[in-house]
Amino acid sequence: MILSTSLNSTSYSFLDKLRAIDYFLIIIVALIGSISVFSIYSTESGNFSFYTKNHLTRFLVFFSMFLVLSFVRVSFWYRQAYIFYILGILLLLLVIFFGISASGSKRWISLFIMNLQPSELMKIAIIVCFARYYHRIQSSDIQSYKYLLQPIILLLIPCYLVITQPDLGTAILIAGSGLAIIWLAGLKLRYFIYSGLILLVSLPFVISILKPYQKSRILTFFNPDRDPLGAGYQIIQSKIAIGSGGLLGKGFLQGTQSYLEFLPEKHTDFIFTLFSEEFGFVGSMLLILLYTLLIYRIIRIGFSSRSFFAKLYCYGFASALFLYIFVNIAMVVGLLPIVGAPLPIMSYGGSSMLSIMLGLSIVMSCKIYSRDPIGN
Amino acid sequence: MIKKTDDLNKNKIISRRLFVLVAAKIGLLGIVTSRLYNLQISEKQKYEILSDKNRIREWKTPPQRGLITDYFNNVIADNQRVYQVHLSLEEVSNFNNAIFKLKNIISLKDDEIKKIYEKKEKSNPWDTLIISENLSWNEFSKLNLYLHELDGAKPVLSTSRYYPYSNDLVHVVGYVGDATTQDIQNKKKIEENFVPGLKVGKIGIENSKDTDLIGNHGTKRYEVNASGKKISEISYNKETQGENLRTTIDLEIQQLAQELLKNQAGSICVMDIYTGEVITMASSPTFDPNKFTHGISTKDWNEIKNDKLRPLLNKSLAGLYSPGSTIKPLVALAALEYGIVDTKFKVNCKGHDHPYELYGERYHCWKKNGHGWMSMRNAIKQSCDIYFYEVARLLGVDKLSLIAKRYGLGSKVLEDFFSEEKKGIVPSTKWKKQVLEQSWYLGETVITGIGQGYIQTTPLQLCLMTAQLANGGYKIKPNLIYDKEINLDAIKSKIESEKNKSVSQNILKDHEFKYYERLYRNQNNLKFVLDAMYGSTNEQFGTSFRSRHKEDKYKFAGKTGTSQVKRITDQDRELDLDLEEIEYKSRDHALFIAFAPYDKPRYSLSVLIEHGGSGSKAAAPLANKLIKKILDRHELREKIRKDLKNIA
Repeated sequence: MILSTSLNSTSYSFLDKLRAIDYFLIIIVALIGSISVFSIYSTESGNFSFYTKNHLTRFLVFFSMFLVLSFVRVSFWYRQAYIFYILGILLLLLVIFFGISASGSKRWISLFIMNLQPSELMKIAIIVCFARYYHRIQSSDIQSYKYLLQPIILLLIPCYLVITQPDLGTAILIAGSGLAIIWLAGLKLRYFIYSGLILLVSLPFVISILKPYQKSRILTFFNPDRDPLGAGYQIIQSKIAIGSGGLLGKGFLQGTQSYLEFLPEKHTDFIFTLFSEEFGFVGSMLLILLYTLLIYRIIRIGFSSRSFFAKLYCYGFASALFLYIFVNIAMVVGLLPIVGAPLPIMSYGGSSMLSIMLGLSIVMSCKIYSRDPIGN
Repeated sequence: MIKKTDDLNKNKIISRRLFVLVAAKIGLLGIVTSRLYNLQISEKQKYEILSDKNRIREWKTPPQRGLITDYFNNVIADNQRVYQVHLSLEEVSNFNNAIFKLKNIISLKDDEIKKIYEKKEKSNPWDTLIISENLSWNEFSKLNLYLHELDGAKPVLSTSRYYPYSNDLVHVVGYVGDATTQDIQNKKKIEENFVPGLKVGKIGIENSKDTDLIGNHGTKRYEVNASGKKISEISYNKETQGENLRTTIDLEIQQLAQELLKNQAGSICVMDIYTGEVITMASSPTFDPNKFTHGISTKDWNEIKNDKLRPLLNKSLAGLYSPGSTIKPLVALAALEYGIVDTKFKVNCKGHDHPYELYGERYHCWKKNGHGWMSMRNAIKQSCDIYFYEVARLLGVDKLSLIAKRYGLGSKVLEDFFSEEKKGIVPSTKWKKQVLEQSWYLGETVITGIGQGYIQTTPLQLCLMTAQLANGGYKIKPNLIYDKEINLDAIKSKIESEKNKSVSQNILKDHEFKYYERLYRNQNNLKFVLDAMYGSTNEQFGTSFRSRHKEDKYKFAGKTGTSQVKRITDQDRELDLDLEEIEYKSRDHALFIAFAPYDKPRYSLSVLIEHGGSGSKAAAPLANKLIKKILDRHELREKIRKDLKNIA
């Protein structure tokens, strides 16, 4: 009986909501946010100017948004999941027609106050969409061809749209997040193995259709010295910066590699490099620890949620977050080719910040409304 | 119920799948962590070095050349302050524009601008380009006035080589110029210290002592950013000046020698007969080495290159001449040493109507009417050719060649100090067979006896030969750079001990002599030859009698020589033209060798005037003035020698 009453109790007092908030998670996000502001400040050699101001403003705005949106009922996200997905697809299509081009790719649409990168929103939309999709499917049906084919199509559409922008990095992250949820939902391991093999076999064909700059990035990943002043430059300089940081780093604002402008893209994809140069191995480990705690808290929220939607969403988001962090760090330390993937919260970029904060607010909503049964 | 069990099942699956994902995440996290550990802890040093390489860039600063002085410490190769304008390429936004503006302020010629563009092609974007090495004060002050309009242009106070006695020492000291690729490849010291604009020695001491003179470059370390812009100076390792060099040259005697040779082509060499110090090595005509420091203009270069008197040729050691009669003392000495003839041996010189005949060939004496019966002393004194034809015939060319080589002919006097020095030729039967692949004719021996034919010597060799005769027959070590190892007292005592040494059986065979070893068999033979040279200068009928010094303390002994440029024909002999009537190129070279003072010899000298005619008329009179100056400066030189010895 106790169980049924709690199942039906869908009204929450304000106090209940406040009490349900995961403050620890908020603190972690705030901490990472502060670190990010200082790092961006350092990319400008200690001047409080354009990038720092922008980043700080964005962080404060989107952080507030995260706190406010946390109080949106999780059932809202559940209901609007497909709309959210369709909206994402529409925005991606909009990019094709009205997109803004920068350095050879067309990724943004202008919203006057900021340039929105729909592919970033798609990263969250795909998780929400798949969480809803698998929420209702019975475990016995998951292996059927119908339920196998539908999510694959749902996943391929945004991936294709993003790849053609071209933005290989984001496409991989979208695909990774989607696959994580399919995996969590229980699709048999052999399907993953089969598709992995198919991918491997088709790799040469994929490479042949890649853009020249993408090809050269992958080739230089395997041998950065191939072209030390061209495509390999970023990897080499990034490794030099991180390596020369040593155990304790060169100190705040003392990173010579970035200060002397050897480091490209230092406020976006290579922000970890700058941080690692200035704060060394110890600093890097601390930052990674913060991210680990963040992911842990998200998984914990998923664990204590009752609905499959909430569980799948939280686990999926946590996995996606891990994927973003891993791909970015592995990239700047030379373990993966440079594909263009920002480090969540740390990297300069409004759309990325927006999507992460949006994702987090859904997580928090899962926490606050954890007793919501959702659906039938 | 079905729904419920399915939910439970689904929950289980999700949790299990999550567990696998988390495990995978931990694994990946481990990889990233170990990678970071690897980069920041294990290979930290490697990346630290790479980072420093990135951020620190070195600029070399040019070293100052060491000074060159004469024996009396007069600076003969100096460093002078010059005004320059440099262009720092990283600060120039538009190179063409910058050059155009500079052109309006300082006078740059079209070919200079072309050179600047060529240099720019070869430089790095962070290099500094030297636009002008030597601005006038006017240009320099004008430049400073307009400096605010010129991005990257830098007025620079620098030093450059300056030769205060310009023309007088060019063949000894040489000159400097920009280092060529070859210079850099050939000398390690230049390669190590190369800085754009570095000057290196091209000829003379500047070239052969480059390694000592260059010095060491300095290093300025700057922190730079990725585009190479200097951010701050980190360290400055100051450059060091090259070694200063003291030569053995006496500037005043050198200047006098050049003055005496003015408007003529020729050479004067003066040597200390014990220490082997080259006191003067003059070659005429000369040219101004200062013109080369900042790159010589084509016009000036052509003028020097096309001069008929060949100023570029260092005649003292790279000019080859038949020694003529200056060889006669040596021929006499050889004949006496081998015991072929004695000093009383007589030959009758009967004039051009009755020349010396050998296998149908006729050989004439220079004196139309003949000398009559000549003994050896008279034959040297009056330079009778007939006498020496006969002595040479009796002696044979191989013995003559052996003695000639022993006293310094046929090999380089200063070894490899000057790349242009020539060995000359001292012919022998073996030499002719090897080089010309022909057998020797007796007639060739006969003319070798009066220093004509194949034999070729440099004026410096003749000076050394005279020195080694005048010092009593001891091998000396010629040198041009002051060497504290060479000690006059030690040399004199060594010679004294050599004098009393019993003669080795091999003394007349071909053999290698050490420095200061005796070269003769019998001391009296040398004394006889030196006395005959005394007669030649100081007695009536001597060939250089008119150039003698009457005052005792300046008395010297010498021997004239006339080096034939072409074979004298019977027709020439009949015409008997005056010097002025013969075409310049066909006139004989005038030679004179001497040593002084006679009673206590100390200095030897050789004089050569190209196409000057006879030795007694053109060369010997110069020796008269020189010897006075040399002996007047003797005390002063000895004082310096003492001072230097005390320092050492």
